[in-house]
Amino acid sequence: MADLRTGVAGLKMENPTMLASGILGQTGESLLRIVAEGGAGAVVTKSIGIEPRNGHGSPCLIESDNAMLNAMGLPNPGIDDFEKEMIIAIKSGAPVIGSIFADSPDKFAILASKMEKFGAHAVELNLSCPHAERYGLDMGSDPDTVRGIVSAVKRAAKIPVFAKLSPMVPDIASIALAVQEGGGDAVVAINTLKAMKIETELGMPVLRNRVGGLSGPAIKPVGIRAVYEIASKVDIPVIGVGGIRTGQDALEYIMAGATAVQIGSGVHYRGINVFRKVCSEISESMDAHGYSKLDDIIGLAGRAK
Amino acid sequence: MMEIVTVTKIINETKNIKTIKFKFSKKPEPGQFLMVWIPGVDEVPMSISFSGEETGITVDAVGDATKAIHALRPGDKIGIKGPLGHGFKLSGKHILAIGGGTGTAALALAIESAISSGSEVRLAVGARSSDCLLFCTRFRELGVDVHVSTDDGTEGHCGFATELAEALITERKPDQIIACGPESMMAAMVRIASKHKIPIQCSLERYMKCGLGICGSCQCGKYTVCGDGPVFDGKTITGIPDFGKWKRDPGGRIVKF
Repeated sequence: MADLRTGVAGLKMENPTMLASGILGQTGESLLRIVAEGGAGAVVTKSIGIEPRNGHGSPCLIESDNAMLNAMGLPNPGIDDFEKEMIIAIKSGAPVIGSIFADSPDKFAILASKMEKFGAHAVELNLSCPHAERYGLDMGSDPDTVRGIVSAVKRAAKIPVFAKLSPMVPDIASIALAVQEGGGDAVVAINTLKAMKIETELGMPVLRNRVGGLSGPAIKPVGIRAVYEIASKVDIPVIGVGGIRTGQDALEYIMAGATAVQIGSGVHYRGINVFRKVCSEISESMDAHGYSKLDDIIGLAGRAK
Repeated sequence: MMEIVTVTKIINETKNIKTIKFKFSKKPEPGQFLMVWIPGVDEVPMSISFSGEETGITVDAVGDATKAIHALRPGDKIGIKGPLGHGFKLSGKHILAIGGGTGTAALALAIESAISSGSEVRLAVGARSSDCLLFCTRFRELGVDVHVSTDDGTEGHCGFATELAEALITERKPDQIIACGPESMMAAMVRIASKHKIPIQCSLERYMKCGLGICGSCQCGKYTVCGDGPVFDGKTITGIPDFGKWKRDPGGRIVKF
C-alpha cells in the first residue's frame, strides 16, 4: 500500500484530499462529517467575510454538460458567528483551513487573525471567486494587490496562509509568484471560471445572477495547466483543485506539481465519501506503478523530458 | 438537469392554498421534492402533492416566490429540477399519518401509495381554521380515516393534531407513523412515537439554495435536508441537535424556533 500521508506548509494530512471551499462547509457539523465519513485529509470552510451575507438569489446552482455552474454569491454568517462552527469543526482532528474574503488587505488581516483565534490551522484567501463584485477575483488579478494582501495577512497571523487563485488572468504563475513574494505558504489553483447558461425555451439566463462560476470535469484541463505553470515558477507548495472526481484526476494534478488536491463538485458526482474513493484509487494506481509515496510523483510531469 | 414544463391547471384548494399542475417526464417516490424555478423571481423547494398523468405542487402564498407561483396561469413555463432527495419508506399494514398546514401536501403521495398497496391509513390533520384544511375530501374518497383538528375549533378537535394522533395511537397502535408539518408539531410527534415505541418518519423543511446536496444552506445537524432528507427516520432525527430547536437563515446564521 502506497503511503498517502502528506503535508502542506507544516499541516500534517493523513491523505492528500481536502474539501474545497464553498461545498457544504458552512457549519461545524458538516465539516466533521466530511472528515469522519467522507475521509478527507483536511477541510476548507465556506468563504467567510466580516459581515453576514445572504448571497445571490436562486437559481444559484445548476448542472450543465460535464460541469456545474454556481453563483452562490458568498453567503456566510459573518466571522463572529462562525466561531461556534469552528469550535465544532476542529474536533475532527484533521486540519481545518478557514477560507476568508474581503475587499481590502486590512479586512483580510482582521479575518485571518480571528480565524487563527478560533483554532484554524491555516487560512485560505479567496482571491478568485468570479461572480461577487469587489471580492474574489476583483482582489486577485493584479500581482501588486495580491502581494499586499498576503503580506498584510502574514503580519496579522502566525498560521500558514494559502491563496486561492483564478485561471482567468493572463499569467497565473505571476500571481502565484506574488503570493510567494508576500510570504504566502501555499497556492491553491484553480477557482471556477466565469460562465453562463441560457434557457432557450425562455430566452433567459438560468442563474438569477446571470453569470456564475463553472466547476466540474469540464475545467480539469485548465486546472492541470495552471498547476503545472505555477509549480514551474514558485517554490511554495501548490494545491490542485478543479474537476477532480477520481484518483486518476487527482494523480494528474499531483504529477502536474500539486502536493495536495481539493474536491468540490466531486461531492455531487460521487457522494460525500468521494475523498475515500479517490484515495483508494490513488493508492491502487501507485501500487500498480511501483510508487511507494507521494513524493515520488509530485511534479513528475515537469521532470519528464 | 432542469426540465422546462408548462403549467396545465391551477386548482384553488383553500382560500390561501393553490395546486399547480404540469406534465413532467419523471415519476417521484412519495416524499421526494422538486426545485421549482419561477423565471425572473426565484427557485424554491416544493414537495410533490400529485403524481401520475400530471405532477402537482400545492402552495401557500407566504413569500415572493410562492406569491409568484400563485400568479401563474395555464400555459406559463416554469423550470423543474428533480425529483430530489429521499422520500418515505412505508412499512406495515397500518399507517398513522399526521399533517400540519401545507405539510399535509408532502404526505399525499405516501398516503396514496399506502392505500394502493392495501394498507390502512388513519390521518390526523391540523390547520389554523376550518377553511385552511387541505385534501380532506381527497383523502376520504381514497378510504383514509381522516381526523381533523383546528387551532380555532371551527372544525373537529379544537387544539393540536398531535393530541388527536396520540388518542388514535391509544385507540389502536399503528405499525408506522409518517409526519410533515411545523417542526414543533413533528418534535412533539417524535416524542409521542418514542413513548409508544412506534417507528416514525418526518419530512423536514429548511431554507434551501441548491437542492443538489452541495451548498450546505439546508444543513441540519450533519445532514443536508436536500441530499440526506427531506424524510428522516425517528432515530436519525433524534440525533440532530437542530431538530425542533433552530434553523438557519440564508447566510447560515442560527435562527431559534
